[in-house]
Amino acid sequence: MNSSDHAVEISGLTLTLGGTTILEDIDLTVEHGDYLAVLGANGGGKSTLLKVMLGLLKPDSGSVRILGMPPGEAGGRIGYLPQYTHVSASFPITVVEAVRMGLVSPGRGMLGITKCREETKRAMGALERVGMDRHARKRVSDLSGGQKQRVFIARALVSDPQLLLLDEPTASVDPQNRVHLFDLLLELNKNMTVIMVSHDISAVAHGVKSVACVNRTLHFHPAPAITGPMVRMSYGGDEDCCPIELVTHGDIPHRVLGKHDQDQE
Amino acid sequence: MSIIEALQFDFFQHALAAGLLASILCGVIGSLVVVNRLVFLAGGVAHAAYGGVGLAVILGLPILPVTSCFAVFAAMIMAMVTLKVRERADTVIGVIWAAGMAFGVVLLDLAPGYNVDLMSYLFGSIMAVATGDLWLMGILSAAVPLVVLVFYRGLSAMSFDEDFARARGVPVNALYYLLIGMVALCVVTLIRVAGLILVIAMLTIPPFIAERRARSLGRMMIASTLLGAMFCLAGLWLAFRFDLTSGAAIIAVSSVTFFLSLAIPQRSEN
Repeated sequence: MNSSDHAVEISGLTLTLGGTTILEDIDLTVEHGDYLAVLGANGGGKSTLLKVMLGLLKPDSGSVRILGMPPGEAGGRIGYLPQYTHVSASFPITVVEAVRMGLVSPGRGMLGITKCREETKRAMGALERVGMDRHARKRVSDLSGGQKQRVFIARALVSDPQLLLLDEPTASVDPQNRVHLFDLLLELNKNMTVIMVSHDISAVAHGVKSVACVNRTLHFHPAPAITGPMVRMSYGGDEDCCPIELVTHGDIPHRVLGKHDQDQE
Repeated sequence: MSIIEALQFDFFQHALAAGLLASILCGVIGSLVVVNRLVFLAGGVAHAAYGGVGLAVILGLPILPVTSCFAVFAAMIMAMVTLKVRERADTVIGVIWAAGMAFGVVLLDLAPGYNVDLMSYLFGSIMAVATGDLWLMGILSAAVPLVVLVFYRGLSAMSFDEDFARARGVPVNALYYLLIGMVALCVVTLIRVAGLILVIAMLTIPPFIAERRARSLGRMMIASTLLGAMFCLAGLWLAFRFDLTSGAAIIAVSSVTFFLSLAIPQRSEN
């Protein structure tokens, strides 16, 4: 089955880990070409939801279809950016070899040390797309946080996926490069579905097409608006104590702090 | 007596061969231990393996096979705990570490007459290596790099970014058990020759120095092996020249180089 109606179809998903219900009765349908931001407080189950989509965690109940297939079987058609902190920081590897890791596959794909020219070419192509081809021969550990994230996005892209799953792509990236990273994701969204998990509500201001809030349960918003209930669900508290800041495009980066019914770009 | 004259003695040739073979094993396995942050686990296996020594003595069975099985068994429990309840893994490894060692000591206390010297377990006797042990090390030094070579891409992917490797469908758990199993076998074999303390030093110091400059896991393994061999040669020479304990001399050379390498600013080769 090659084509499917939706990029992601989840219904009635419930997952418990160690006696705690992490996700409860989740329904989520993501259209092809969507750019979805999954928001929520830390520990609210966002990353867990992503891991279910990747087939790394098995739900207790409910059905999950990714690109029309059970999770874990869509393999090379999904590009994945894991949480930054999980990557070994001092591992000896060059940028181009790190991107080639995106082509590692089970079975024969994990054997041997072959320096396949075809794979290197694809890796260089992916690096060009994220603007990191100049740094291909550097060690990954010599790069800045933002550059590393670009390399890891290239690694997610190298298998030409139809669906890009990103776990906290802007963590450890400074505000300047954060905007560039969002621009890159917007560009990539022209060719593929993008789902981004973030605890950073400012992501919504950068071209996201729809928003899902996860805090054990999930609320889907088809338009990129930040609402009071959304903030409360994600972060707790009441409307008077706003924990968020909103960053929008402009000549000078300007910040708007305040009401949740405020317009945004 | 010069070093050339010393080389004519069997015991010195054996010590050199043992040091070089240990360098290969420690260079390859130690690199994987360091990048996967398994130093504590390797230490745990090395100590827990003493339980196997006690078990073999009290049952009157050959020491090496029993100790190897015991160490691999302990290592598999540690690996399982690490994969299942990561946040408690260090505690459980600590428990097995202590329990295995105590188990061994108690069993040896109960064993009639015979007593294995705990000090030789800790510090080894590289100057008194038996030919049989050399053969065993030789076989492992050929087999382990071969297995690592075959699964090189999978092992690198797992070591670099476990989550990503899993998402790509790489059988991370199987590779992890394979790696821990190899660590256990290498540690047990090397302890007989080099002693527990030297094994830990050789598993960690050369790979750590190499990691900061290498541009791939493979090069890190090669550099660690060369560094390990250098440390062994220099340490053995010092031990011979000044009548020092050989294992301690090798560790002293390694540690001094380690601290010197920290002082030299880090720059990757180009």
